[in-house]
Amino acid sequence: MNAVVNNPVEHFQSEYARLIGELDNDPLRDERKAALERFAATGLPTKKVEAWKYTDVQPIAKRHFNTTQAAPPIDVGQVDAVRFGDLDCHELVFVNGRFNAQLSRLGDTASGISIRSLAAALADSDSGIGARLGHCLGENTHAFTELNTAFLQDGAVIEVARGVQVDKPIVLLYLDTATDTPTACHPRTFVSLGENAAATLVESFAGLDDSSENLTNQVTEIDLADNARLDHYKIVQGGGKNFHIGSINARQARDSRLESHSLALGGNLTRTDINTRLEAEGATVILNGLYMVDGKQHVDHHTRVDHLVPHTNSVETYRGVLNGNSRAVFNGKVYVHRDAQKTDAQQSNANLLLSKTAEVDTKPELEIYADDVKCSHGATVGQLDEDALFYLRSRAIDESTAGSLLTYAFASEVVAQIKLAPIRERLEHIVLDKLPQTEQIGEFV
Amino acid sequence: MLSIKNLHAQVDDTDILKGVDLEIKPGEIHAIMGPNGSGKSTLANVLAGRDDYTVTAGEILFEGQNLADMAPEERACAGLFLAFQYPVEIPGVNNIYLLKAALNAIRKSRGEDALDAVEFMKLVRERMKLVKLNEDLLNRSVNEGFSGGEKKRNEIFQMAVLEPKLAILDETDSGLDIDALKIVAEGVNAMRSPERSMILVTHYQRLLDYIKPDHVHVLADGKIIKSGDEQLAKELEERGYEWVKQEAAAA
Repeated sequence: MNAVVNNPVEHFQSEYARLIGELDNDPLRDERKAALERFAATGLPTKKVEAWKYTDVQPIAKRHFNTTQAAPPIDVGQVDAVRFGDLDCHELVFVNGRFNAQLSRLGDTASGISIRSLAAALADSDSGIGARLGHCLGENTHAFTELNTAFLQDGAVIEVARGVQVDKPIVLLYLDTATDTPTACHPRTFVSLGENAAATLVESFAGLDDSSENLTNQVTEIDLADNARLDHYKIVQGGGKNFHIGSINARQARDSRLESHSLALGGNLTRTDINTRLEAEGATVILNGLYMVDGKQHVDHHTRVDHLVPHTNSVETYRGVLNGNSRAVFNGKVYVHRDAQKTDAQQSNANLLLSKTAEVDTKPELEIYADDVKCSHGATVGQLDEDALFYLRSRAIDESTAGSLLTYAFASEVVAQIKLAPIRERLEHIVLDKLPQTEQIGEFV
Repeated sequence: MLSIKNLHAQVDDTDILKGVDLEIKPGEIHAIMGPNGSGKSTLANVLAGRDDYTVTAGEILFEGQNLADMAPEERACAGLFLAFQYPVEIPGVNNIYLLKAALNAIRKSRGEDALDAVEFMKLVRERMKLVKLNEDLLNRSVNEGFSGGEKKRNEIFQMAVLEPKLAILDETDSGLDIDALKIVAEGVNAMRSPERSMILVTHYQRLLDYIKPDHVHVLADGKIIKSGDEQLAKELEERGYEWVKQEAAAA
């Protein structure tokens, strides 16, 4: 009989020992070991840690996630249901963190574009991926990132050579399906765009079963060379009881542009950290976000933009809709380093509370060590506008529809920023489906 | 059409209407005038069913139905329309889609089929001309970025499309220059019919130069203290409201 392990650190250590025993010729041996040691030194964050003050990971700490249990088979119909309609794309499908070639639709890629699973890249001793992983992780990573490094087995590696524009969006579809005991997966996405390269990447996390209590602990690294451009979409949907912890970590060279859209529309506990380092002049990051939570759902976005040199720009717009007993956290940090003059940083976070028992904690955090900068921020928390509700009702729109319509209008300002029509339309539907009177407000959109 | 008897109403626990009586027959236009704070806009909002306005006594019958029992949207479906003093800006809600949904909700409540897009646009184009509304405004968010005059014209345009039985125009003239006022008045006059009644709530007689009322009432301190024809409006313009109040106090 196995000893019962209560301490989450000990649990992850014992899972680690089991995993290591199964890996041969692991190019990440040393990195894993070091990461696990760093994790063991701190353990999972508690609410005493400022960045986790409002997000309690006890529900994760007390579940003893299995790391190696295989996912049950799923059928194509389930995948189709969460695909983006007929979006023409390079698609990799993952089930509980593991690449599934049968379900994927990678298609042909032109020269200069390499898209493959991380497992394949790690198995290829010529890939050199082992040495490159972690390149975009700054000093501001947390314990879950260490766990990801210690346990990562799969994910995606996307490399685009200089001057190449990827013809179609790249979609990574991470599906979560229920297992006998809760499992954890730790996928890693590594994206590298050469000079003047451009791509669109969608990372979609879809819970297929409301009963799943699995943990997805995912890390994305984005490396943008001079004048490279990436449109990144992260979408979390479905799955009423599962956990999602993720981080997006970017390094941006001269005149590069990252446009990040993070849409948290499902899950029990969803936390996304976005850290981007603007390392050379002209680098620009756009951060858009929308979260919609209900019931007891909890969603947390922590963003951090490091303006390291002069003439860099960031624009951040996050909106949230909260219902039931849900809770949302937004923490937007803008760090303007010494000498990063002419920084232009704008940030706003607006929240709509649809119930008296929902709660939001929003905190702009500006640290500015340069004197010639333009920084602004604003955070609002409010209810539906009574005047607008009455106006709509006086125009024969019933109360419930009017409320849904105003909520939809609020949320859709973020969704409208999405350039890819099939993704925008799919998200419009997901947002609509969360509202009462979907059919009636469908007439308006 | 509308019968108001001894209407008392409160806003934030303050009595504003203190016994209003008013009878409106089909096709009639009634002007409600009065000094600021007399309760004119409260009356308009009570009729339309605004939540924070509470009827504490009396009754309002609209075509025999007790309005107090009806939600704002039910009143709209029954044929009541309020042109707002301050039309609300609603970002993200398309002006023309709202109007289509409004019209079809009203038609549905009458047991009529929804208009399809072609029929609806035909109606829209016809009615836009009544108030010379710029077509660009149709596809914008409701009232967002509209000038004051455009907002008021949009209200009258909505009225022209929805064809209410009873329209309440709450200070539609306020903030309009004379040219805009004429355009709005022409739109309103074009909608006059033997079946349609209107209540014009206004502070000034100016609007009544362009829209001739059948009856003029003076509302002061929550009561109608004098009624007459359009001659009364002219007298108010010349002499102000004080003499009417004194006359009422003496009586």
